[in-house]
Amino acid sequence: MRHDNSSPKSDLPQGTLDLLILKIVTLGPIHGYAIAQRIQQISRDVVQVQQGSLYPALHRLENKGLLAAEWKESETGREAKFYRLTAKGRKQLKEETESWARLTGAIGLILGSEGDAN
Amino acid sequence: MTWLRRLRNNTQVEAQLDAELRFDYDQRVAANIRAGMSESEAQCAARLAFGGLEQIKEECRDARGTRWLLDLWQDFRYALRTLRRKPGFAAVAILTLALGSGATTVMFTVINAVLLKPLPYPDADRLVTVNEATEKYGDTWQLSYPDFIDLKSASRSLAPAAWGYKGGTISAPGDAEHVDSVQISSDLFSVLGVPLLRGRAFGPQDDRPGAPPVVIISYRVWQSRYGGTPAAIGMPLVLDGNHYTVVGVAPPDFQLAGEVDVFTPLGQTTDPRMQNREAHFLPAVARLRPGATLAAAQSDLALIGHNLAGQYPKSNVGRTFQLHPMLEAAVGGVRPLLLLLLGAVGLVLLIACINVASLLLARAVSREPELAMRVALGAGRGRLVRHALTESTVLALAGGALGILLAAVGVRPFIALWPGALPRAEEVHLDWRVLLFTVAVSLLTGTLFGLAPALRTSVRALNQTLRAGARSSPGGSRRLHSAFVVSQIAMAVVLLVAAGTLGRTPLRLSSLDPGMNVHNVLVARVALAPGALTNPAQSRAAWRDVLDRARAVPGIESATLSDIIPMREGQDELGYWTTPVQPPTSQLPIALASAVTPDYLKVMGITLRKGRFFTDQDRTGNVVIDEVLAQHAFGQTDPVGKRLFLQEMGPTTVVGVVGHVRHWGLADDDGSQLRDHLYFPFAQVPDTFMPVFSSFMSMAVRTSVSPLTVVEPLRRNLRGTGGDQAIYEVRTMEQLASRSLSRQRFLMLLFGIFAGLALLLACIGIYGVLAYLTSQRVPEFGVRMAIGAKAGDVIQLVLRQSAGMIIAGVVAGILATMAAGRLLERLVAGMRPAEPLTFAAMVAVLLIAALLASFVPARRASHIDPMSALRQE
Repeated sequence: MRHDNSSPKSDLPQGTLDLLILKIVTLGPIHGYAIAQRIQQISRDVVQVQQGSLYPALHRLENKGLLAAEWKESETGREAKFYRLTAKGRKQLKEETESWARLTGAIGLILGSEGDAN
Repeated sequence: MTWLRRLRNNTQVEAQLDAELRFDYDQRVAANIRAGMSESEAQCAARLAFGGLEQIKEECRDARGTRWLLDLWQDFRYALRTLRRKPGFAAVAILTLALGSGATTVMFTVINAVLLKPLPYPDADRLVTVNEATEKYGDTWQLSYPDFIDLKSASRSLAPAAWGYKGGTISAPGDAEHVDSVQISSDLFSVLGVPLLRGRAFGPQDDRPGAPPVVIISYRVWQSRYGGTPAAIGMPLVLDGNHYTVVGVAPPDFQLAGEVDVFTPLGQTTDPRMQNREAHFLPAVARLRPGATLAAAQSDLALIGHNLAGQYPKSNVGRTFQLHPMLEAAVGGVRPLLLLLLGAVGLVLLIACINVASLLLARAVSREPELAMRVALGAGRGRLVRHALTESTVLALAGGALGILLAAVGVRPFIALWPGALPRAEEVHLDWRVLLFTVAVSLLTGTLFGLAPALRTSVRALNQTLRAGARSSPGGSRRLHSAFVVSQIAMAVVLLVAAGTLGRTPLRLSSLDPGMNVHNVLVARVALAPGALTNPAQSRAAWRDVLDRARAVPGIESATLSDIIPMREGQDELGYWTTPVQPPTSQLPIALASAVTPDYLKVMGITLRKGRFFTDQDRTGNVVIDEVLAQHAFGQTDPVGKRLFLQEMGPTTVVGVVGHVRHWGLADDDGSQLRDHLYFPFAQVPDTFMPVFSSFMSMAVRTSVSPLTVVEPLRRNLRGTGGDQAIYEVRTMEQLASRSLSRQRFLMLLFGIFAGLALLLACIGIYGVLAYLTSQRVPEFGVRMAIGAKAGDVIQLVLRQSAGMIIAGVVAGILATMAAGRLLERLVAGMRPAEPLTFAAMVAVLLIAALLASFVPARRASHIDPMSALRQE
C-alpha cells in the first residue's frame, strides 16, 4: 500500500485490502472509483487505496468468484463496471471478518496486559 | 470453461479493462476540478495519483489467471507466422516428421490391437490355455480326451473346455461344400463367456456317445444356407453324410483360432482317439474360477497331473499340465517381431527428429540477431525458450497429424504383407489410444528436437551477439551439429547393415536343399464324397479311385496320398523306441509320421539312401525312416531289417532309409525339436482310424507340365460319380517352399524400406548441416582464396570436415550393429551374423551417398567470389 506523506496514514496489513473491498461491496453494487472513495471516507482519510492495488485486487476477487461484475449506468450517466458480492464472497467475508475480530481481540489483549504490567 | 471464453473474448476483455480504468481517471479529474483545480492541474494530479497505466493493466491481466494461455496463444501465432515465412523449411520438416511418425503410428496401431488390447471375450484376463508338458518336448502337447475329462472333474480352480479340429462337407441344405468344423466340449461357449446369437449352446446331455446329433452353425452358414431365418433352429443339416439338428447360431465375429463354420459336440464323436490317453489332439482353454489366481490354478493342476501319473503310469508318468494366459498364447509368437519392427521404426523417427533439430538449430543461429534484439527489449530467457519450443511443437504436431493420415492409409497394406496370418488382424484399426500415442510421441519429439536450439539461446551469449554486431557466431553450434550428423549416420548404418544381412538371408536359405524336388509338384487336400466316409472299406476304395482319376489327367506323371505335406500346416507324430521293453511315454522320442502311398518317394523326389520304399504289397508292419531318425535310433549300424516299435502301431520293421526333408521350412527346420521322420503305408492304417485319416488326407501329383495348368482338369476329374468330391487348398510345392521364407522376406522388405528412408534422411541431414556450416565459413574461404587457395583446396577443406563426421558415425554405427545383429539372430531363423562383405557393401553405399551429399555444398563453396565474400565481413 502506498500512502501520501501529507497526512497521518496507516499501513494496511497484508491481505486486508481484499477484506475491505468485500465489506464495502456489501453495501450494494459499486464501481472501482467509488470503492476507493468509500474506504478513504469511512477510514477518515487514514486508508488511501491506490489504483495500482485496487484494480488488480478487484480482478483477482472476480476471478475467484467472490465478486461479480456488470456494466451499468453510473450516477454521472456514463457506463461503469459495478461490482457486487456473490454468495461465495459473502461467506468468505463472514469467515474473514470473524478471524480478523479474533486476531485483533487477541492482539488487543496482549497489548492491554502489557499496559497493566507497567 | 470461463478461461476459454475469456481467451476468445480477449479483445473485449481488454477494451473493458481500458474503459474501467479510464472511468476511474475521469472521475478523479472531475473530483479535482470540483475541488478547485484548473483542468490541466486536475489531469496532472490524477495522472500522478494513478501511476503507470500499463503496469496496472499488466497486474490486472496477471490477476485473471489466464496469462499463460494468452502467452501460449501469442507464441503459437508467432510460430505460425515464422513458419509461413519459410514455407520450404516448414514443408521439409513436416514431411520428414510425418514419415517418421506415420511409420511409428502404423507399428503402434498393430501393437495396440494385437498385443495390448484384451481378447474380445468378457473378462478375457481370466482366460488361460491348457497344455500338457513333458521334460523332453516342453509344453507343446495338446490334451488327450481322457486327461481333459479327469482335469475337468478334479479341478477346483478352473473351468476347462476343449475342442478338436475336423474338416467336413456340408451336403444339405444347399450345395456340397467343404467347411471348417470343430468338435467342442459342451461348455466351450460358456467358458469363453460368449452368448449364442440364436438357440442354445450344447449341454451335458449332448456331450456323450449316442446322444441325438446336434450342431451349432456359424453366422455365415446361417446366412448362406438358412437365409438368416430364426426358424433355422430345429432344421436339419447334413455333415459328412450324417444328419444333425441345428440347435444354435454363433455370433457373427466368433473365432476359435480361425473361422469355424460348424460346431458339433466332442463327446458324441466315435473317433477311437477319444479313448486313448496317449492321443494328444485337443487344444484347451479354461476360465479361472472366481478368486483363483493363475499360480493357484497351476499348483492345483500340478497335483492333478501327479495323481494321473500315479493312476496311469504308462501314459502319464513325467507329464504335467501347463497354463498360459490366453492373450500370451495367442500373440506371444509375434511379440518379438512386432517389437523389433517398432524399434527399427523408432530409429527412423529418431533420424527424422535429428534432421529437424539440426535444421532448427541452423535457423536459430541465423536468427540470433533478432533474438538479441528481443532480449534487449525485455523478453526473458524463459520466454525465448518457450518460444522455440512452441515452434518445434507446432512442427511436430503438424507432422504427427499428417503421420496419422499416412498410418490410416498404410496399416491395411502392412497387415496384408504380414507373413502368414497375423493373429487378431481383424481387430486392427486406429482408435483413441493410437491417436493419444501419436500426439504424445509428437509432443515428445517436438520437445526433443526443439530443446537443443531452445537452450542455445542463452541471454548472455545473445548480449555478446548484439555487441558483436549483426554477424552471428556459429562456433558453439558446430559441435552440436557434428554430433547430430554422427548419430544419424550411426543409426543409418545399423538399419542398412541389418537390411543387407536380412536381404542375404532368403537368398542363402533358398539355395538350401529342401531334401526333395519341389519343382512340378502340386498338392491339395481332398474332401471325399460324404457317402464314402461312413464305411472304412468304401473309404479305401474311394482313395484308390482318387489316385486312379488323378493319374488319368494328362500332364500328371504320378500321384500319391499323404496325411502331412512338407512345409504346410498340419502334422502327425508318433513316439518310437527300439528295445522290446517300452520306456515311459513321456520319455519316448517323437518322430513325424507320414501315412503315404507307394509313389510318395517318386512324386516328392526324395532320395532313397538304403533298402527300398513301399510297394502295393506292404500291408502290415513295415516303415521307412529318414536319415535323421536313423542316426538318432541306430547310430552307425545299418537300420534296414531292424525292429522299430511305434506308439499305437506296435512292432514294425525298417525296410528303407530316405533323405531328410525340411518339413518345417527351409529356414526353421534346423532349429526344430521334431526332425525325426518316418513313413508308413496308408494301407496299414487300421479300419478304426479310417474316418479320422480320411478327413485330413492330402494328395500330391508330379506333373510333366507346369503344375498350375493341371489344377482345373484335376478338379473336374476328381469330382467323382456323385459330383460331391472336392479338392481344396491347392498349392505347388514351390509356393510352399517359398512361403516358408516369407518371414525372412517380409523383414527384408520392411528393413529395406526403413534403411532406404534412413539413408535418404541422413543424406538430407548431412547436406543441410554442411550447407549451413559452409555458408558460415564463406568469409574464411574468401580470405583463403584471396591469399591463393584454389577451388580444389576449398572443396578438400569442406570434404575433410564432413569426412570426419561420416567416419565417426560409421564407426559408432558398426559397434551398434554388432549388438543389434545378435538380437536379429535370435528372432529370425536362419539369420547369420553380418558377413564382412555385407558390412563393406552397406558402409560403401552410405559413404558414397554421404560424400555426394557433402559434395554439393563443397562445390558451391569453391565457386564463391573472394571479393564479395570479404565484403560480407
